[in-house]
Amino acid sequence: MKSLIGALALTTALTLPGLAGARPVTLSAQMKDYGGNPAYLAVYLTDAKGAYAGTLLLAGSRTRYFEHLSGWLAASGGDMSQVDGITGASVGSGRSFEVTVNVADALLDAGYVLHVDAAVEDLRASPNDVQVPLTTAGSGAAVKGRRYIASFDYKL
Amino acid sequence: MIRLLHRWPGLLAMVLLLALALSGAALSVFPVAERLSMPAPVAGQTVAVLAARVAASHPGLEQIRRAPSGQISAWWFQDGNPGSAIVDPMTGKDLGSADPNGVERWLVEFHRSLFLGDGGRIAMAVAAAAMLVLAASGAVMVARRMGGWRRWFARAKGAGSTHVGLARLGIAGLGSSALTAIWMTGSTFDLLPDQAVPPPEVQASGETGAALATSAPLIATPVSALRDLSFPAPDDPTDVYKLTTDMGVTLIDQGTGQQIGFSAASGWQRASDLILSLHTGRGAAVVGLALGLMALTVPGLALTGTLVWWGGRRGRPRIKGLTRAGHAETVILVGSEGGATWGFAETLAEALVAAGQGVHLAAMAAFDPSRYSHAKRLLILAATYGDGEAPASAKGFLDRLAALPSGPHMPRVPVAVLGFGDRAFPHFCGYAAAVTDGLRAKDWAELLAPATVNRQSPQDFARWGRDLGAALGLPLALVHHAAAPRTLPLTLLSRRDHGAEVQAPTAILRFQLPRRTLWQRLTGAGFGRFQAGDLVGIVPEGSDLPRFYSLASGTRDGFLEIVVRKQAGGLASGQLLALEPGATVAAFLRHNPGFHAGRGRVPLLLIGAGTGVGPLAGMVRSNSWKRPVTVYFGHRHRDSDFLYAEDWRRWLLEGRLARLVTTTSRGARPHHVQDALRRDGEQVARLIRSGARVMVCGGRDMAQGVAEVLGQVLAPTGLTLAALRAEGRYVEDCY
Repeated sequence: MKSLIGALALTTALTLPGLAGARPVTLSAQMKDYGGNPAYLAVYLTDAKGAYAGTLLLAGSRTRYFEHLSGWLAASGGDMSQVDGITGASVGSGRSFEVTVNVADALLDAGYVLHVDAAVEDLRASPNDVQVPLTTAGSGAAVKGRRYIASFDYKL
Repeated sequence: MIRLLHRWPGLLAMVLLLALALSGAALSVFPVAERLSMPAPVAGQTVAVLAARVAASHPGLEQIRRAPSGQISAWWFQDGNPGSAIVDPMTGKDLGSADPNGVERWLVEFHRSLFLGDGGRIAMAVAAAAMLVLAASGAVMVARRMGGWRRWFARAKGAGSTHVGLARLGIAGLGSSALTAIWMTGSTFDLLPDQAVPPPEVQASGETGAALATSAPLIATPVSALRDLSFPAPDDPTDVYKLTTDMGVTLIDQGTGQQIGFSAASGWQRASDLILSLHTGRGAAVVGLALGLMALTVPGLALTGTLVWWGGRRGRPRIKGLTRAGHAETVILVGSEGGATWGFAETLAEALVAAGQGVHLAAMAAFDPSRYSHAKRLLILAATYGDGEAPASAKGFLDRLAALPSGPHMPRVPVAVLGFGDRAFPHFCGYAAAVTDGLRAKDWAELLAPATVNRQSPQDFARWGRDLGAALGLPLALVHHAAAPRTLPLTLLSRRDHGAEVQAPTAILRFQLPRRTLWQRLTGAGFGRFQAGDLVGIVPEGSDLPRFYSLASGTRDGFLEIVVRKQAGGLASGQLLALEPGATVAAFLRHNPGFHAGRGRVPLLLIGAGTGVGPLAGMVRSNSWKRPVTVYFGHRHRDSDFLYAEDWRRWLLEGRLARLVTTTSRGARPHHVQDALRRDGEQVARLIRSGARVMVCGGRDMAQGVAEVLGQVLAPTGLTLAALRAEGRYVEDCY
């Protein structure tokens, strides 16, 4: 798989209060050939009740455009203070990306849901392009995206 | 200073500016194409009606967006498949793909960053800043050259006039595009506080199913104000409708259809939106297209600007044997605009060096009399820029002169001022005159009376050289090779002889046009295009000095014609009058834009005597638009030197000539054109008052006589020749 930002091997410790122990999770996605400019992406988690739990990745170089990642914006309130160091480059039409992040063990198999929002210049923003439960069993299973993402999976 | 500000950004950023301008011009077409191809907006339609209509034909509708052009597109998601289309606001039906245009996207990316990401964006922004500096400094220079901001669109003449002409067309658009580009870059890099205001926090009712058509905020919003309407996620009752307009973001409950929150767009955000549409033409297609057309002047400006710069550079002195300011007996100061005056100064310096003088040669801008400790004389060669302003290499001279302390201790070596100019222009040698006045105000001794060189005349220059030599007690022969023009052989086609009976052999000589290769056309080399009133330089055998003759034809006539009278002992005129058809002379073209008939329908009053009638005849011949032309033509004898006799008759019949008045200076009732003008005074004054342009061609005495008579004739009308000259409505070409 060609990797745009995999080489950056972005890591982050998604730390929640009172949780210890984390493991690397590799996120990978293949973009559809949607014929627009590179997409901005947000990968974030919500808990079983749908409350925001944290951001794993923001892909895109300009913070001013993150507002178009509307699902992420609504969930997180657009708080940039906690997403420092987990941003990467936007991902082009038909390209793929792979990135490794650290995720606390306590977030696995606990009803948490992983969301991917996508937004492309001059095209419709696609909140929740991917929405998939974060479980040990789901590791490596490819999920189809809605509008801009052809397939997405995470490997524990 | 302004000049430096103009030159270096121009030369350094040229490649980037070409890339920006050409891609920008190409991009300006897209908004127009979109405007022409999209369906007509429905007058008075509300967002409620539009949304209901589009939703009815698109299950799973997620978003409706209105582009600034008015084009409506819709996005939906149905049965696991996303879809999008441009829709007709009248029917709500699909019209075509909403996918972005690949070519446009490529051009946009090239235009904003050369595909180089942030580095490319910054480079392009720097180029835009260079463009802004160029536009601002260029505007100041145009105003200065034209003689004031009010004369912005007056006729540009002389070296670099193509550059000025193009600049005047494009400068407004280029400056505006550069300014908006810089704003947009600032916005992209978050240097401006124009971020979108976040939508307000709201609590939805939790109900669903409100009808779009009855939602009050949607009914209240006309489609013309719409930007975007986002639909709530299908399975989330807490989600809301989000309506974005120019004014801000409104949130609408999906159960009640009522507004539950609003955040107004900030002033910065709206300013950025306006600037975006001014730059891209999106939503302002005509403005965009105009900007695109103006951007197309950039390649021409780059080329002509480089030529102006290169032309000025070539003129720098390269002479051996010059000395430093402190050692020289003779200090030569040069005020040159295009570099031609430097050439004369070099000839002068070389001659003085050869005569054993220590010579220092410098630009007038470097004037510093405290350094001229050994100087015995100061020679100032000054051209004029625009309406009597300092040429490039003389900037600041007058200020320095005025700032000199008065008093006996200041060395004031005798000075001679030689002005260079063109009598066809209103302020002939105006700057040299200002320099003379400035020197006189400082009680500077005069080595020679102020003199002038008309149109780079080597003869004028040689005459001044003889006077200078006499004053210095040196034999000074100034033979100036005016940067040896490249000549081409002209072949004589035919000749018509006149005047032998009145001891003034005169001939109308018609030459074949030299052929130009494609390469010569492109590079402007070879024999260029010309029109009646331009000049041809003839270089006679046995001399390097060209003689200039006014052209009596234009390129469109298909031949080159001049009228030559034999001068006593004249080398060139002798050779020309001896020329037989088939023989050749060496010639080159010199443009003389000050003496063109010009376009337009204003009447022409053409006054000429002797061979001076040549260019006037050429103007009448080319008058296919039947502009009202009156010709006053003075000659010696009806049967001898009535030049173009048969032609006048034909031109009258064809309507190219409205009226011909001839005078003969020999015979029973000797009469000059001046006399005829005085006789017809009232009529002539009326003609001039009606806006006629007056063009006088012939000997200097005749021109002076005509000016005197016209001055008297015009006196009752309140018009003066000086005012007409300043407007370019009274022009002379005399010898």
